[in-house]
Amino acid sequence: MPLQSKHLLGLEGVSRDDIQLVLDTARNFREVLDRPIKKVPTLQGKTIVNLFYESSTRTRISFELAERRLSADVVNFSVAGSSVAKGETLKDTARNIEAMKIDIVVVRHSSPGAALFLSRLMNANIINAGDGTHEHPTQALLDMYTIREKFGKLEGLNVCIVGDISHSRVALSNIYGLQILGVNVSVCGPATLIPKNIQKLGVKVYHNIDDAIRDSDILNVLRIQLERQNRSFFPSTREYHNYFGITRERLLKSKKPITIMHPGPINRDVEISADVADGEQSLILQQVLNGVAVRMAVLYLLGTGN
Amino acid sequence: MKILLKNPRIIEPSENIDQVADILIVDGIIEIIAPKITASGNVQEYVLDGKIVAPGFIDMHVHLREPGYEHKETIETGLVAAAVGGFTAVCCMPNTNPPIDDASVIKFIKEKSEKTLNGLVDVHPVAAATKRREGKELSPMIELVEAGAVAFSDDGSPIDNSEIMRHALEYSNMLGKIIIQHPEDRSLAKGGVMNEGLVSTSLGLPPIPSIAEEIMIDRDIRIANYVGASYHAAHISTAGSVEIIRLAKKKNIPVTCEVTPHHFTLTDEAVRSFDTNTKMNPPLRTKADVDAIKEGLRDGTIDVIASDHAPHSFDEKEVEFLEAPFGIVGLETAIGLAITELVIPKILSINQLIEKFSINPRKILSLPTVKIKVGEKTNLTILDFQKKWKVDAQKFKSKSKRTPFDGKTLVGKSFAIINNGRVHFSD
Repeated sequence: MPLQSKHLLGLEGVSRDDIQLVLDTARNFREVLDRPIKKVPTLQGKTIVNLFYESSTRTRISFELAERRLSADVVNFSVAGSSVAKGETLKDTARNIEAMKIDIVVVRHSSPGAALFLSRLMNANIINAGDGTHEHPTQALLDMYTIREKFGKLEGLNVCIVGDISHSRVALSNIYGLQILGVNVSVCGPATLIPKNIQKLGVKVYHNIDDAIRDSDILNVLRIQLERQNRSFFPSTREYHNYFGITRERLLKSKKPITIMHPGPINRDVEISADVADGEQSLILQQVLNGVAVRMAVLYLLGTGN
Repeated sequence: MKILLKNPRIIEPSENIDQVADILIVDGIIEIIAPKITASGNVQEYVLDGKIVAPGFIDMHVHLREPGYEHKETIETGLVAAAVGGFTAVCCMPNTNPPIDDASVIKFIKEKSEKTLNGLVDVHPVAAATKRREGKELSPMIELVEAGAVAFSDDGSPIDNSEIMRHALEYSNMLGKIIIQHPEDRSLAKGGVMNEGLVSTSLGLPPIPSIAEEIMIDRDIRIANYVGASYHAAHISTAGSVEIIRLAKKKNIPVTCEVTPHHFTLTDEAVRSFDTNTKMNPPLRTKADVDAIKEGLRDGTIDVIASDHAPHSFDEKEVEFLEAPFGIVGLETAIGLAITELVIPKILSINQLIEKFSINPRKILSLPTVKIKVGEKTNLTILDFQKKWKVDAQKFKSKSKRTPFDGKTLVGKSFAIINNGRVHFSD
């Protein structure tokens, strides 16, 4: 069964069946990753370009690994070493890539809607690897996969996304995706980092981290971008850590164990203390491993679909 | 030269005229208004059954882009678009390069516009309120008025500094001219590309809150009231702005305002497409704002409909949403949208429509009211309220084709204009 869409641009409005299909397919690829030979011939002969307009380590490597393990031919294109630095528009870049008969484009860009923009210009399958502060669907899918792996289900769980919600593509994709699968999603952070209308997306808002911990099974902790201090979104990283940081002491107040996730990269001892990040309730490294499997699933489903 | 208009409905709200009659125009002057005129000699005769003849429409918020940005629009292409759109006059905004902060730029614009269609469309330049539109030092307003400036504005760049705003209002008021403000608190709007609301949250696009506009209008009205000067808020877009201005008018504070057709037609839901033709400043707002704007138009709080015709080249808009410039073209769709969205749903009467496109803007700018009267110079917009048509941006006379209304079916259109002794048809 193929996906209903030719592209993966975001999780808003995606069907429950499509998300389930990706997660189920990822489980097969996750098994591949435990084999001595971690490569399958699924996308042999397909060419994939990783078009990265923003620096990224984790996501780019994860995609590249997924592509290579599916035996695709991979071309990397990043801002520093390309014509973009010489002032070429995204449209012209897209047309050039299209002319080279690329099958799949994985794009990371600072402008919301950039992946959609490409999908209107190209015949290739487009995968959004993060478009500004809009969506990062494969991150949310790997988060969902990781939760399902641990809890055996998603429906009815309570997930709180903690941190800078206003400037987070991970938060939006998680909200859309988790809600489609019946998860109760909340957000927690200082009022300045939570968009004004987020409740209308069906999300509960906390400004007190202890309340959020009390009501949650899982905390998905977001990176605090240190430069946000410059526009007075919060007074200091010290104050942020003291009042919103996830620490062992805070978690110990909870009666039940709280699962910790983080999309990375981590600012240790800002949004999360080092012992929590490395602790037994942390799924952070499983997220990284599962990310490869989920991206293999997405690439496979789009690359072999119609 | 004689022109005979046969059988139109003549509507002239300022003289309370609404009658079906013929109009005979001789050498640009209205000679006779009467039923069944017969004229001898060389007469151009136009049968206008069912058409409406109104005093010439003026679009008081147009970016002609020349000098400096001729790749977006030229004075010639902009004025042809105005003529086809049904406007016998436009006010051109000063954010050119160089800006209209020097009499020589006004002279250049006047000379160029007189060469376009033999001066068919009148051009009234709005000069910069401050030098280089930087909001720091007043422009040479007296000299600019002598050269032909009809108002002052740093359009696109709000006058942030309250003291400069006070001085600009005082100085321009001394000259009988208004300050037109692009009302925006830039500290609140910084980096934003669309209205702050559920849609901006859903799309992750940086928001512009409604209060950015309202705070500036609120401040400006206080200054205008304090110094007793006339103030005009450009392209208002929020329910709050309508309410602030309604209250100020009740207190007889000399404030006026305009709205664009896109702000009474579209909401921020249109941005979900990430179509850069939905990116403008002020941004498209919510349905509640659109409803409040319609009510403001109906009850007279909003004086003027102006297009904020803001042409950009195809390529400039064919980029990522964050990178795209603000603005769309409007001259060739303004009247159609106003009739479709306001007159047909009975929000505005035909008389009110004419007031907002012809009488009020001229009053605000202290330009002579256009009258359809024997002995007056002919300055007419002829309208076809029945005509059903589909917007085809590729057929625009404007250099820019960037509109969110391409393909939209509208009812009502300009049929022709007559000005400075010349007739120009829309189709």
